[in-house]
Amino acid sequence: MGKYVSLKDFDWLLLVLLLLISALGVVEIYSTTAHTKFAGAHVKQIYWILLGVSLMFLVCRYDYHDLLNHIPLIYILTLVALVALLLLGSDISGARRWIRVGGFSFQVSEAVKLVIILLLARFFSESHEERVSLPELAMVFLAVGVPGVLVAMQPDLGTALTLVPIVIVTLFLAGLKWRYFGMMLLAGLMILPVGLHYLKPYQKARIATFMHPEQDPQKAGYQLLQSKIAVGSGQLWGKGTAQGTQTQLWFLPESHTDFIFAAYAEEQGFFGVLFALLLYLLALMRLVHNAKNAPDAGGMFIIGGVVAVLSFQILVNIGMVVGYAPVTGIPLPLMSYGGSSALFIFLSMGLVNSVRVRRFVN
Amino acid sequence: MRFAHTDNRRSEGRLTFLQWGIAVAFLVLISGFWQLQIFNPAYYSRLAERNHIKNLRMPAPRGRILDRYNRVLVDNYPSFSIVAQWEVGQSLQAHLPAIATGLEQNPEQLAERVKTARARVPRQAIVVQENATLRDIAFVESHRIEYPELDLVSEPRRLYPRAGFAAHLFGYVGEISERELELPGMELLKPRDLIGKSGIERQYNGVLQGQTGVLRMIVNSRGGEVDPLDEEFATAGRDLRLTIDYDLQEVAEQKFRGDKGALVALDPRTGEILALVSRPTFDLNSFARGIPMEEWRGLMADPQNPLLNRAIQAQLAPGSIYKIMQATAGLEAGAVDETTTHYCSGGGTFYGRYFRCWKKGGHGRIGIHRAIVQSCDVFFYNLGKDLGIDRMHEYSTRLGLGRKTGIDLPGEQPGLMPSSEWKQKVFHERWYPGETISLAIGQGALTTTPLQLAFSIGGIASGGYFARPHLIAWKDMEALGQEIPLPTEFRVPLREQTVALVTDGLYGVVNEGGGTGRRGRIQGLDVGGKTGTAQVASIKASEADDTLKDNAWFVGLAPRRNPEIVVVALYEGGEHGYLAAPVVREVIKAYFDKKEDSEFQYAQKPGPSEDIAAGQFVPEPGG
Repeated sequence: MGKYVSLKDFDWLLLVLLLLISALGVVEIYSTTAHTKFAGAHVKQIYWILLGVSLMFLVCRYDYHDLLNHIPLIYILTLVALVALLLLGSDISGARRWIRVGGFSFQVSEAVKLVIILLLARFFSESHEERVSLPELAMVFLAVGVPGVLVAMQPDLGTALTLVPIVIVTLFLAGLKWRYFGMMLLAGLMILPVGLHYLKPYQKARIATFMHPEQDPQKAGYQLLQSKIAVGSGQLWGKGTAQGTQTQLWFLPESHTDFIFAAYAEEQGFFGVLFALLLYLLALMRLVHNAKNAPDAGGMFIIGGVVAVLSFQILVNIGMVVGYAPVTGIPLPLMSYGGSSALFIFLSMGLVNSVRVRRFVN
Repeated sequence: MRFAHTDNRRSEGRLTFLQWGIAVAFLVLISGFWQLQIFNPAYYSRLAERNHIKNLRMPAPRGRILDRYNRVLVDNYPSFSIVAQWEVGQSLQAHLPAIATGLEQNPEQLAERVKTARARVPRQAIVVQENATLRDIAFVESHRIEYPELDLVSEPRRLYPRAGFAAHLFGYVGEISERELELPGMELLKPRDLIGKSGIERQYNGVLQGQTGVLRMIVNSRGGEVDPLDEEFATAGRDLRLTIDYDLQEVAEQKFRGDKGALVALDPRTGEILALVSRPTFDLNSFARGIPMEEWRGLMADPQNPLLNRAIQAQLAPGSIYKIMQATAGLEAGAVDETTTHYCSGGGTFYGRYFRCWKKGGHGRIGIHRAIVQSCDVFFYNLGKDLGIDRMHEYSTRLGLGRKTGIDLPGEQPGLMPSSEWKQKVFHERWYPGETISLAIGQGALTTTPLQLAFSIGGIASGGYFARPHLIAWKDMEALGQEIPLPTEFRVPLREQTVALVTDGLYGVVNEGGGTGRRGRIQGLDVGGKTGTAQVASIKASEADDTLKDNAWFVGLAPRRNPEIVVVALYEGGEHGYLAAPVVREVIKAYFDKKEDSEFQYAQKPGPSEDIAAGQFVPEPGG
């Protein structure tokens, strides 16, 4: 296996797309936080992005095969970390998601996504079978289910749910038969009521609100309603940066994090929305293109998993803003304020490029 | 290659499928934005605006009510109401108990009040406290953060000089009712706006009412006020100058001792009302503060009916006052002249029934002058018999009875001047000649209002010149853009001889020996007058006690011909009937005392015309 890699092969187009999206995010974070206690968040976000980009370059030089080799150990360590977090983690608004390192707090669950992507990539690239067997399927569910439940217990339902598309997309790319998907869907529907039983009251409320938003305009429905008002009142051209009444007068909740795209839609209008969605779509298409050109199955599965996570987060977050998806607290990649999320994305882009720069190496 | 077992070509197909799937999902997302931002954007824009713009209505002060010399009769005082915006933070319901404690209110009552207000006008601010005290205001100001839904609104309120003073004349103001909102001219008003409900306040609501202002505030989601957006300033209502003379009104109010009755003073040369009193009265100030329900119910249920403006609404038999019209009619019709005499033996038989004179011993042979002076019933029975009901009806109606005078106050009553035609129409019965005999001395079905009597007698004494009674000088009405009601006057051709005989009779009533109205006499003044007592016809049959007692009238005028002032007093229930003449006398005396004073002032100062221009405390030219 040749070790020569060149930055010429690095996906510069993808980086440009990601930085453009990040720039939209930074401007919107500035707009939504300028007159709040979060003022200055956009500067922090820039630091996170710069840190992320540096890590990305660092990671892309590192051969992903080494990572795949070590992934079982990393997986075990992650499980330990998750258990430790549940027992010792610091409470931030009722949830134990954070590990404090120095002045920064880091969300472990973001790392869980990468670990699962890598674990599944290794698992399926090692498989000699043409088709995925049932025992294999059971192993996958167990391997993903344990950290998934641990994350859900934090409780971080959003991240736990993000693991589901990773599994589905990876299984799909691994050639799982359609009828197995049908069975999974059926099983999922049967487990759903049991799962609902264990939800926190606010989570149940969110789901109920998603089903009947008009019945609860006071609490959970309030967020959704304010989000729709923000989006709708943005109209064609938007109200202008830092001009959105919904955003600037705090009607829109979580306007610099979960609902940042509603704020963006209010201030930049339909055309702004089209522009941002186009950037996201191009980035995703570019990623799938890279997956197609991956030098081996392991690389292909890694990129596939990344695509799964990103598309899921984008679709669910933006879907939530317009009322097509329930309010879940899943951040919008690269636009929502948040260091862990940004780091995860650039780390995963590092992995993607680690695969890409080795596409001609055989 | 360790990790390359799977065939990439099959995966490539699935990756392409993935690409399409993502693209389709994005299209779905775009359709969502299309729906919200393009398809029906006005809907959400309106919601966004409602979210962050708070409308605070700023009620305008009503115009002041002034007397004829621009002295303030009705003013305003600043008052604050505490209102709650329902939408702000959706937190009002949760805060109600704490707010109730802070404002020292009963929490259940407050909750009830909020509930009803919300049901009535869903999107409007709810008043939680009227006439906020300094303590209440401090509570709101110091809890801006905790209870951002609370606002202070300045609501100017009416300030009246004294409990009961000219209450019926001014009338009360109150919140506009749903029914009134639909009336023409009320289109711009909103629930909770104040309008005049009776009296001058109602008649000239359009003048007195200002334009409510709106302050639009930008608020954030916590209800905190960020910035005023714009303000439509409130425009105060226009001041209204009445023809009322505060001094005369004051004298009338002070000297009117009865607990039920009315007094009207007017200047028959112009029709201007100088004073107007009705009893029992009520305190307008409690209306200004927002009258408590029990107090309102009490006023409505009071058998004395204090809200009735008796000066224009009490319809009672005029008794002997009617002899003035009867004498005028008889003289004009030629049924009687100064040579006509009748013999009064203390009564007489007409149409087979014996009718008594009020003086048991009788007046002996008596002519028209002494008959008026001594109020001889028998003379007027004979006159009635000679005139007949239909001529009585014709003349009396021309002289202003049985119809409204057209004063600019709501609710004036016409009284009733019966006729044979009327009886046929209402009772389907023929007129009995005996009824004419009672009618001739102002009894029977005949009813009049105090204002009507002042108007009619003023017109007769002015030689047939009847000026429409009014409370706003015609020129003021014109200046205010009000339509002047027509006709402002009418003439009834009366012979000089008639007027002289009648008015000399009225002078005799007050000034001659044997006159029935000598209590009305004023040394050195040419005062005429007439007493009246009627046993019948209280407007309410239920007032059994009062109907048994007589109603006492007195009309006074000075000078006797072309009088400057006519005053009519009515004492219902008779207990204080003997006081009717003195109160009229006091008002007339006050009028002339004042005139003498100001004439004295004119003599002292050169250039009186400048004083008139300066305006205050100067009687009108020619007065």
